[in-house]
This record gives sequence, C-alpha cells and structure tokens, in this order.
Amino acid sequence: MKDSSDIIVTDQPAQTLAAPRAGLWRRFTANRAATASLAVMICIFVAGMGFWLMNLAGVHWPYDPIQPNPSEQLLPPSWQHPLGSDELGRDTLCRVLLGAHVSLLIGFVAVGISIAIGVVIGSVSGYFGGWVDTLIMRFVDMMMCVPTFFLILTVAAMVRPSIWYVAVVIGLTGWMGTSRLVRAEFLTLRETDYVQAARAVGAGPLRIIFRHILPNALPPVFVSAVLGVSGAILAEASLSYLGFGVQPPDPSWGNIISDGRQYILDAWWLIVFPGVAIFVTTLAFYVTGEGLRVALDPKETKRI
Amino acid sequence: MKDNKPILTVQGLQTHFPLRGGIFSRLRGMVRAVDGVDLTVKRGATLGLVGESGSGKTTLGRTLLGLIPATGGRVTFSGLDVFSLGGRELRALRRRMQIIFQDPAGSLNPRMRVGDIVGEPLRVHRLLPRRRQNARIGQLLERVGLPAACAERYPHEFSGGQRQRIGIARALACGPEFIVADEPVSALDVSIQAQILNLLSDLQEELGLSYLFIAHNLAVVEHFADEVAVMYLGRIVERAGRDALYAHATHPYTQTLLSAIPRPDPSSRRPRAGLGGEVPSPVNPPPGCPFHPRCPLTRKLAESADSNETVTILGEGQPQKILRRCVCERPILRPRGDDPSHLHACLMS
Repeated sequence: MKDSSDIIVTDQPAQTLAAPRAGLWRRFTANRAATASLAVMICIFVAGMGFWLMNLAGVHWPYDPIQPNPSEQLLPPSWQHPLGSDELGRDTLCRVLLGAHVSLLIGFVAVGISIAIGVVIGSVSGYFGGWVDTLIMRFVDMMMCVPTFFLILTVAAMVRPSIWYVAVVIGLTGWMGTSRLVRAEFLTLRETDYVQAARAVGAGPLRIIFRHILPNALPPVFVSAVLGVSGAILAEASLSYLGFGVQPPDPSWGNIISDGRQYILDAWWLIVFPGVAIFVTTLAFYVTGEGLRVALDPKETKRI
Repeated sequence: MKDNKPILTVQGLQTHFPLRGGIFSRLRGMVRAVDGVDLTVKRGATLGLVGESGSGKTTLGRTLLGLIPATGGRVTFSGLDVFSLGGRELRALRRRMQIIFQDPAGSLNPRMRVGDIVGEPLRVHRLLPRRRQNARIGQLLERVGLPAACAERYPHEFSGGQRQRIGIARALACGPEFIVADEPVSALDVSIQAQILNLLSDLQEELGLSYLFIAHNLAVVEHFADEVAVMYLGRIVERAGRDALYAHATHPYTQTLLSAIPRPDPSSRRPRAGLGGEVPSPVNPPPGCPFHPRCPLTRKLAESADSNETVTILGEGQPQKILRRCVCERPILRPRGDDPSHLHACLMS
C-alpha cells in the first residue's frame, strides 16, 4: 500500500530528560521562604525527637524536665537557664524541647489517620459516583457540622487523657477536607484518556484506582497533609491548655502555657517561649505546605 | 485480507446523557449525543467517521467499546452482543477491541513508565509469563518505530508523535482485531500525521486490523478509509464507499465538508460553500431535518419554490426562507437512486 516499512522518528523529544522529581525539588528550593521553613521544620523535628529519645533513655541533660528543683524557682532567662525556669524550678528550655515531641507526634499521627480515612472515603466516593457518592458526601457534610473541638473535649473528658487518644480523636474528626479533595481529584481523573485506556484494556477497578488514579491524585493530598499538621498541633495546644490533653508533670506546649498563666505578670517567659514554639512550628509547616503546593502546581506563576 | 464479512455491526445505537440541574438535580433534558446510528465495519477494512466537533463521533466510538453505557441499540462484534456481556466475557472481548486517543499526552499515565503502559494489557490479561513480557514490550515499541530502550522512560520525555506511537503500541499489545482510532492525528503536526497514518495502514496490512477511523475533516479520511460515514448531530447523514462519496457527495452537509478541504491547485478552486453558525445543541435538536438551520440547499431551492411550500425561519438574526418539508419531515437514511450502497439522509437530493 504505502512504502514506509521503516519509520524514522524525526520528531525530537519535547522536553529534557530530567526526571519529574528533580524539577519539583528545583521549583521548591527556588522559593526561599519555603526552603527556610523546611529547614526549620527539620531542625524542630530532629531536636524534639532527639530530646525525647534522650530522656526516654534516662539521660536528663542539662536538667531534668520533670523533677522539681525547689532551689531554682521562677528564674528569669540567664546563661544557666536561657528560657528561665518555672514555679517548680524546672528549666523551661528543657520542658519546651520535651514538649516538642508531643506536638509532632500528635501532628503526624492525627494527620496520618485523617489522610488514610480521607483517601479511602474520597476514592470510593469519586470512583463509583452515583448514589454511593451522594450518600458519602452527605455523611461528610454532616460530619462537617459537628463542632469538632467540643467533640474532642467530650471524648477527652471521658477517657484518660493521653497523647494517643488526643491524636486519634483529632484524626477521626479531621478527614472530611481530605476526602472532598480526593473525591474531586477522582472525578476529574476518572474521565482522563489514560483511565479510559485502562478500562478499554480491561483493567479492573482496583488496578485503575491504585495504578492510574491515586498516584496522580496524591500531590494535593500531600500538601493538605503538611498543612494539616499545623492544625493538629494547634488543636493539641488548645486541648492541653484547657487541661484535657497531656497531663502534668509531662510537658506539652499547651500545658506549659496553662501552668504559667498564674505567673503571667512575674514570669512572662513561661508563656512567651512555648507560644513562640507553637507559632514557629505551625508557621514552618504551613509555609512548607504552601511552597509544596506552588511547586507542584505548574500553573502557579512565579511570584516569590 | 479484506472480505465482506462485517466484524462490527451497530444497529440503532443511542447514547443519551441526562442533563440535570437546579434544585434536587431535576432532569432537565437529554443530550442526544448519539441518536440512532447504524454502521458496519468490514473485517480488515477501515470505516471513516467524519463530523464537526459536537457531532457525537467520539461518544459513538467510546459507546461501541462499552466505555460509555448505551441508552439503546445493539452492537455486535463478530457475532457477540457487546452490551449483553459482563465480567469475564467482557474482559476477553476487550482484548479484541482497542482504542487510540486523540490527545497523545492525555492518554498516557504521566506516572507510569512507557514499558508499564505498553505492558499493562499483557498483565491485565496474563498473556505472557513475567520474564517474557519485557521482550514483548520491546518488540511492540520497535514495531511502532521506537527504540526498545524507551520502555524505561516516562511519557513526558517524548514528543507528540512519539507519544502517539506509544499509544498505538499499547493498543496492539493484546493483539486486537478492531481498533477505534479517535482522531489519532488531529493533535499532530502535518509531517508527523503522515508518518502515523502510514504506520496505521502498515499495521492494518500486517495484522489484518479493522479500523473505525474518526476524523473531523474529510481530507485525512480520503486516503485512509474504504468506506466513509458522515455524522451530524448524533446521526449518520451520509454513508458510502470512499470513491462514491467523494465523487457524488449527496447530502449538502457532506458537500460543505468536501468544499472545505484545501486544494493545492489554485486553478481548480471550487467555490467554498461556507457554513454559518454552530452545530445546534443536541439537547434541543431542530425539528425535521437537523441540518435545516444551516443548509444551503434548502435556501437555494426555496428561492424558486411556491410560497405555500416555504416557511421563514430566523437564522443568525435574519429571516430566511427555507422549504417547509425540511422543517416538518424527519429524514431517514435511504439509498441513492443510482447506487443502492450509497445512503444519504437528505429529503431534497
């Protein structure tokens, strides 16, 4: 018919051969605020986790963050105690550092739970559509009307407060946003040609969901997870402040502030430094998450 | 390879989409994307399907593969009723019918390697033991004119033409007999269009494939199809062998499409019969002949017709005189007087 048994590929690759991941890292680091935030995040993580593991191992250096020390009560910041000491003579820096693991663990565990639930529910809703979708989305609307914080307070009041309960409750009440996000991604992606191609080939729903849709739906979920850590940390701080979170003598940023309340006029450092820790950590997660979102979104123009 | 046995028969196929809106998703109408189509594709041959954007040709292609649920009608693929199959039988059938997409970028999962994309049909149908799949993937890539080493790379590393070759390799992987080519070259440069078309026709000769070749202009189809069907607003308005259609286009819509093909020879320039307006909405198709709001023929005939045979309609803001019959009577596909295999749906021709 036509003389073209050997086809020569003359058209050239449209783009360079760099892997997509390298491009993401380059775009992310082009954003200085986000890069700095990521560095801060890593420092807080390493310091907080390191200090916790050290204390677990029984090394209380330079001071014991739990045991009272009556000779050093309410000292202002100094070289010996850079962030001062509390009413029981404990070093504030050591307590803030030990409190970091609480915030981080609760942040990660709560977000891990809410992402897992959100992804599963959102996938099912978006992939199957129809009445399944309607039913699930009405349930999500209902969950969104529940005043989450009071639910957490109620549950925290009923069970013995521990960071794991707090994390689970925050996680169980925080998945709705993720499920909506995942559902929206699924609704878009299930109409793409590559999903249609997979269906035409005879691929089953599990293969389509896990091989074709989910990997492409995950970037925005990842962003919302990083942003969600901020929210979970704040929720924990509020709970501990109200006395329903981590119980003294174990420190968390919320309960250090709560205990320092009564000395607010005499010992400002008991409130300011844990407050700064909460602020810096949530900001670092937030800015990193935003930077990630911008880096993942090719349509976002450079305005950093 | 060509004989006259049909591999695919479509009878009265309808695909309607509900149009919902307002409070409580009230049903507000039906989009009649495909509205009663009859077709046959002969084994080893190519049926070209031509129409404007919005005429329903892509929906038709996807419906007959079972990717979109049909509202009515039958599709028979080598003796099997496609819509009655389920589960295992449908999966087995999917090996034999494949699709090539218009957008070469959108049809490849950006997070899968080319080798995984091309090899997916092999894994879904467990066609080969794992260790022999790689050899087969390399073979398929080479068959479509790409080096076997491409398997390790990601789709974004390739150009449009190369991506379309990857899409073709995937469609070939499970050894299909019939392929819906949904505007496979519309998104490509002209020089690359020719390469892809040559590749498709080589594959047809070599593997005895049958194609439903969807295009939005008659120029591409002219060199590729054995038979041509022209679609307008969800219906076939003309269907004939390629030569008959190009020589004796009967429906005014086909004639307009033909006159839109650019000719490189200025001396043979034909008058362009341009079409005003857009394809009407398939939610509210015009009564009678769906083409009457844009038809040049009925306007010409109305000039000399008796005044009780004409009506005046509002077209593009101006009153226009057309034949009453075109508004009142629904045309059906009927054979042309001198050639019974040439079907058309014009009341006046």
